[in-house]
Amino acid sequence: MAELRYVGKPVARDDAIDKVTGAARYTHDLAVPGMLHAVMVTSPHASARIVRIDTSDAEALPGVRAVLTGDGLSYRVGLYMVDKRILARGVVRYHGEPVVGIAADTIDIARAACRLVKVDYEPLEPVLDPRDALKEESPLVHPDLETYEHAKGVFFPEPKTNIAHHQRVRKGDFDTAFASADVTLTAKFYNPPVQHVPMETHATIVQTLPGDRAEIWSSSQSPYTVRHLLSVCFGLPHANIRVHVPYVGGGFGGKAGLHLEPLAYVLSKASGGRPIKIVATREEEFNTLPSRQGLHSTVEIGTDKSGRIVALKATYVWDAGAYADYGVNVGRAAAYSGGGPYVIPNCWIDSYVVYTNKIFGTAYRGFGHLEVLWGIERAIDMMARKLDMDPVEFRRLNLLREGETTITGEAFTAGHGSPVECLDAAAKAIEWGTPSEPASKPYKVRGKGIAMLHKAPAMPTYTSCAVVIKLDEDGAADVLVSGVDYGQGTYTVLKQIAAEELRIPIEKAHVTWECDTAFSPYDWQTVASRFAYMGGNAIIEAAADCLRQIRDVAGQAFDVPPDKIVCEDGVAFVDGDPDRRIPYAKLALGYTFENGNSIGGPIIGHGRFIATGLTHLDPETGQGLPAQYWTYGAHAVEVEVDTQTGEIEVLDIATVVDAGKVLNPKLCDGQVVGGVVQGLGSALWEEFRFDESGRFLNPAFVDYKIPTAKDIPRNTQRILLENPQPGGPYGARGVAEHPMISVPGAIGNALHDALGIEFTTLPLNYERILLRILEQGDRG
Amino acid sequence: MTHEIVLTVNGQTERATVPASMTLLELLREPLHLTGTKEGCGIGECGACTVLLDGAAVTACLVLAVEADGCDVQTIEGEANDGQLSTLQQAFIDAGAAQCGFCTPGMILSARALLDRSPNPTDEEIVEAIAGNLCRCTGYEAIIAAVRRAADRIGGEGSDG
Ligand code: FES
Ligand code: FES
Repeated sequence: MAELRYVGKPVARDDAIDKVTGAARYTHDLAVPGMLHAVMVTSPHASARIVRIDTSDAEALPGVRAVLTGDGLSYRVGLYMVDKRILARGVVRYHGEPVVGIAADTIDIARAACRLVKVDYEPLEPVLDPRDALKEESPLVHPDLETYEHAKGVFFPEPKTNIAHHQRVRKGDFDTAFASADVTLTAKFYNPPVQHVPMETHATIVQTLPGDRAEIWSSSQSPYTVRHLLSVCFGLPHANIRVHVPYVGGGFGGKAGLHLEPLAYVLSKASGGRPIKIVATREEEFNTLPSRQGLHSTVEIGTDKSGRIVALKATYVWDAGAYADYGVNVGRAAAYSGGGPYVIPNCWIDSYVVYTNKIFGTAYRGFGHLEVLWGIERAIDMMARKLDMDPVEFRRLNLLREGETTITGEAFTAGHGSPVECLDAAAKAIEWGTPSEPASKPYKVRGKGIAMLHKAPAMPTYTSCAVVIKLDEDGAADVLVSGVDYGQGTYTVLKQIAAEELRIPIEKAHVTWECDTAFSPYDWQTVASRFAYMGGNAIIEAAADCLRQIRDVAGQAFDVPPDKIVCEDGVAFVDGDPDRRIPYAKLALGYTFENGNSIGGPIIGHGRFIATGLTHLDPETGQGLPAQYWTYGAHAVEVEVDTQTGEIEVLDIATVVDAGKVLNPKLCDGQVVGGVVQGLGSALWEEFRFDESGRFLNPAFVDYKIPTAKDIPRNTQRILLENPQPGGPYGARGVAEHPMISVPGAIGNALHDALGIEFTTLPLNYERILLRILEQGDRG
Repeated sequence: MTHEIVLTVNGQTERATVPASMTLLELLREPLHLTGTKEGCGIGECGACTVLLDGAAVTACLVLAVEADGCDVQTIEGEANDGQLSTLQQAFIDAGAAQCGFCTPGMILSARALLDRSPNPTDEEIVEAIAGNLCRCTGYEAIIAAVRRAADRIGGEGSDG
């Protein structure tokens, strides 16, 4: 391959100038003439029957333009499982669920009107623990589950239970292999529900227009999915709905799917077509909008004497919360990757997505994987100790490698990258095998830990995207996409690829910010670290389409066949005769001969990509091909623990990801460091707390702590391997989610090294650590 | 009840009639249309709304508009000079310190307050200055590096510009 000019280079992000000057406009910042502000009255109960709603005083307040309850709204919405109401109807299913929507001239009037609404509830017994929810005597969160629409053949709700989806993986004969294993381990783990915490809360503006049309601005990761789901929900032709996505202040999965848009839509209708703006308060971001679901795991592993895994069984019980419209897919992904990146000849996995009366779950960066790998990677360490083996050796012995198959029957090839190299690089980074330096104080101890990670994009088998490139009068290129860059830097990477492939200087490549379904071509959703891969491939194809048109016209201009035209530096010239040249600027809109005759026309290239070869998973065995590609990696950490306070400090953390090809080292670095710190949040601090009646106790930053600048590791190492991905643009794989996935597992393992204590519950906060240290002291 | 106030915002004199309950953040974002200042929580816990009030970094959601009467306010829109990015802004770009960018205006103003009072800060001082500004994207490392870089450059040039 010719040397790359832009791809792989640390090009600065395209959007930075807007962001450092305050010019970047987010949905939060937008206003549309005539706009009203809407707020929600939300449920104070986890589960209750709505006896009566009195909105008369609210309606009478001057400046109030529309008041809606669930009663008039028969719609159901949802992505994979259509199980949500726009506003609660008849019952409320979680503390924080929207019950009444009010639109008014100002936000203050809308809030005042909310206080005038009287709702009588009859509290019901809430379902709070998903393990109890599986019992026959449990109340049902959705008694009408069998009537709900859902993605058929992919998800399997079980009517008259709380199970929204049950994903199975069956490979070999677990029972026999486990019974005859030489060494076995059974362990249980827990991850609490946590929040994405984008700094921009969810915001949307919806205006309904005459002729059953609607125009929408939203802080969304998925403009086309918003359009599609609204179109299905309200029975409108797709073309009648136009979705704009301006700058988005962070998403991390929480802005995929549909959120406040349907409520704003019905309020706009109810107020005679006024534009409605809804901005979630920070409290609503925590307890009304979805989160990462909690997980109870049970892991059983059997090995032979040499330490080879012969059997693994995992039972995952997901605390889906009140709705599972996206959560079912988390449960699915967690099953097909639920054994970790290991060779498991006999595997049995049950992943149950279970309704409870809590805030509901959705996709969150690396979804399903951080959760299950917390258990798997801790269990692997425990197992190594049972075998009296070094945990790194134990992993190396069992990691997937060429010639082996995954638990869903996929052949592992060199194109998958190298889990073993990831492990070795991680071990080396923290000098695994060399004891830590003595701690800084006599009452402090240090320890090291390692954990593996893997993830594939969890997406429908037909996921696709398209790219359009238009050439400008000056020979520059405008790239139109509708994947959203909410901070990952993907647009900058796409710009690099466009410049590379079109053979133009990078200053001349532009990706258009603010996607708009009226002009930007289709993309499924910006999730799952798949946009650079799929969008990158589509751009390569779109650029080739442009070059074909350029060569065609230039060939005619010089009276040579198109394949005699070379394109370089924004100029098309005749091969071997570079003086016969035309800059793209003279071809972009068509070429004009000296006598005025013109040929060609505006150059517009189009490229597309669709997932290839993916299959549904067999409902009984989970066998099939779920993954376009896998990304493997590892985390290694060294921690220091204060045994008097339980305080833990991360001294060093190494992240290894087999990226296939690093398209932009600077942006990749940003994803790694940001991911690690988000992973630290999940590992050390973050958890939702509920009281015994299911009320959400910590919907604010003082009670739900996310990492600050004071909480970052002393040293952060990033190691990106480049074992190319066949079919990836330049051999690249997705990397944006992975840097957070096994941070908890590695820290849990390091804590064992430091303290000799097996932690099984997240987060590993000071209190939990100290209590275990004290318990250990009691036991002597 | 409303109040007449006069204040300087980014060097411009602004007059406004504001309700007693209006915050400085609301005043900036709505009547003054300076939407570069962000709201991440509205209750003083995230730092997204940080602006300079008489040179000190404050969370504008916790300051009443009437309290800013007679004061000098700088927002992110006042950080560049005549379209010329400040050294601090350029350092944020060069260090890759903005991802989604929602925390960025507040971060820059917290850093601006620090550099104005302590042009050669230690890393601890930098961390302390931005510890009240939450960022969910970057992991802070690039932000700390950006402030360090700006301080070094300003030190080298003797002034910011
Ligand atoms: S918006 Fe002011 S501190 Fe969060
Ligand atoms: S860059 Fe997104 S919150 Fe800081």
